[in-house]
Amino acid sequence: MRRVAVVVFPGSNCDADTLHAARAAGCEAYVVWHRERDLGQADVVILPGGFSYGDYLRSGAIARFSPVMAAVAEHARAGGQLLGICNGFQILCEAGLLPGALMRNAGLRFLSRPVSVRVEATDTPFTCLYERGEVLELPIAHGDGRYAADPRTAAELEAGGQVVWRYVRDNPNGSTNDIAGICNAGRNVVGIMPHPERRIAPVLGGQDGARLFLSMEAGHATQHAVGVRAVGDRHPGV
Amino acid sequence: MKAFRVEVRVMPRATLLDPQGRAVEHALHALGFDEVTAVRIGKHLVLDVTAPSKDEAAARARAMCDRLLANPVTEDYSVLVEAA
Repeated sequence: MRRVAVVVFPGSNCDADTLHAARAAGCEAYVVWHRERDLGQADVVILPGGFSYGDYLRSGAIARFSPVMAAVAEHARAGGQLLGICNGFQILCEAGLLPGALMRNAGLRFLSRPVSVRVEATDTPFTCLYERGEVLELPIAHGDGRYAADPRTAAELEAGGQVVWRYVRDNPNGSTNDIAGICNAGRNVVGIMPHPERRIAPVLGGQDGARLFLSMEAGHATQHAVGVRAVGDRHPGV
Repeated sequence: MKAFRVEVRVMPRATLLDPQGRAVEHALHALGFDEVTAVRIGKHLVLDVTAPSKDEAAARARAMCDRLLANPVTEDYSVLVEAA
């Protein structure tokens, strides 16, 4: 069972949903307050969505200097699995743990609606139970969701297979190359703008996000267990 | 130590889309200000600081910009220091 730390900043508001999604996937998930300096031997760290510090200055700009972030950066440096969802993605970019930045939506409006994203990479700890090219419906809820990277960085992301999710049919925010989520070169740090934790059961309108959390456990099983664990009729891709 | 007023101007990099600036440009055109050919919107921060010298105040302000006040990926900044 993986230990999953969900970091809570002042203004986080998706922490309870994220905690629930990780627990529903069989993980041992717990909350870590942003003033803590210890992640409690976490296997996986998740920075949830919300509006940390009221998005003052820039989204994620102040949260990245929270006391807990030194431990989060060390976790990532040591190869630990780290996921940022929405505001968490913004914080990871501000912290330099992922390249690029998230800027004001091209259409200026805050957008809260389902979008379609295509899974572009399944060799990450958070997508190993998806199939490449699969199209998911996940909700977005952001005002600063336009992923921006200079042409060189964007080309590096594409060449390295670091674009993990891409908007299809409709790019809601004007992001570079229709990017909805990326990973670092080491593939252990992942950021996503849509909210997988809000689509983990039919009662929530769909369960396209559930396998992201199941992937965390399944990747663990592949690494450590004798037999590869199957989830439903799918086998982990790594 | 002397007191200084530091004014920091942070602007979105010219190559990046500035949707706020574009919206204001459209609004100005709607009001008849057709001479406007471009609008960009940034931030203006005013800091009261103490420092041994004006140069030192400027150097510290640039360090603040590099660490926090501006995002090096998307923004450029300039620093103006005056005796308070």
